[in-house]
Amino acid sequence: MTEIIKRRPKYLNLVEIKLPLAGFASILHRVSGIGLFLMLPLLIWLLQLSLASAESFETLSAVVAHPLVKLILLGLLWAFLHHFCMGIRILLIDVQIGVEKEQARASAKAVLAVSLALTAVLGLKLLGAY
Amino acid sequence: MNRIVVGAHYGLKDWLVQRVTAVVMALYTLLMIVAVPTAAGGYDGWRALMSHGLIRFASFVFIVCLCYHAWVGVRDIWMDYVKPTAVRLILHALTLLALVGYAGWATQIIWRL
Ligand code: HEM
Repeated sequence: MTEIIKRRPKYLNLVEIKLPLAGFASILHRVSGIGLFLMLPLLIWLLQLSLASAESFETLSAVVAHPLVKLILLGLLWAFLHHFCMGIRILLIDVQIGVEKEQARASAKAVLAVSLALTAVLGLKLLGAY
Repeated sequence: MNRIVVGAHYGLKDWLVQRVTAVVMALYTLLMIVAVPTAAGGYDGWRALMSHGLIRFASFVFIVCLCYHAWVGVRDIWMDYVKPTAVRLILHALTLLALVGYAGWATQIIWRL
């Protein structure tokens, strides 16, 4: 008995445990929130370039044309979309909508899928594909 | 006594603040999804949109909500992962100062228009 107790893992290794889908979506909600927070200075700077003057508006186009900036913006686009969709899901569950296990699973799946699909659609636009 | 220092008055109020600010930000997002396509293209159209009284008012409310929301959210994250009290309190202070600064900076951008 003591042997068994001793050998029990005492930690949650995120790589080893099998996280339910909703747990995965939740962690990404946290990751996206912190990512948006860390990139706020960049976003506010871009807002400033877009509005300060006609010249700075041109500068903005040049800045956004840089591949690295595009990549970061693509990441932030996904972060916002995932955080937004997951946020709505959390708020709905708070008011008792979709609390059942099956529904909660389905909505977590929907959040992951919808935010990725929207990122693809809007991201291609950002990359100038259409 | 082995008290854990986290600060004071956290709990239900912050939970509610995070919900209210989340709803406000979601509504602002929808407003912009509707409003932006109505604007004329280029710098002039974008500037005209953002300096419209209603949009400016909504943008200011959005900025305040975003910073308050991020403050509650990021502080929760520090509380979860950063155990040494001194380090955590320093991170709390830096987060708060940064967000207050961002709020002023962003507000100034839209209010000058
Ligand atoms: C429409 C916009 C947004 C909505 C609907 C939204 C919704 C939410 C909700 C409901 C929570 C609470 C999660 C919980 O208690 O489990 C939350 C947490 C959080 N949000 Fe947002 N949010 C939005 C925008 C943002 C933005 C722009 C930022 C960053 C600057 C942000 C950063 C965070 C952070 C850091 C947390 C804490 C996450 C955690 O504790 O795991 N949110 N959000």
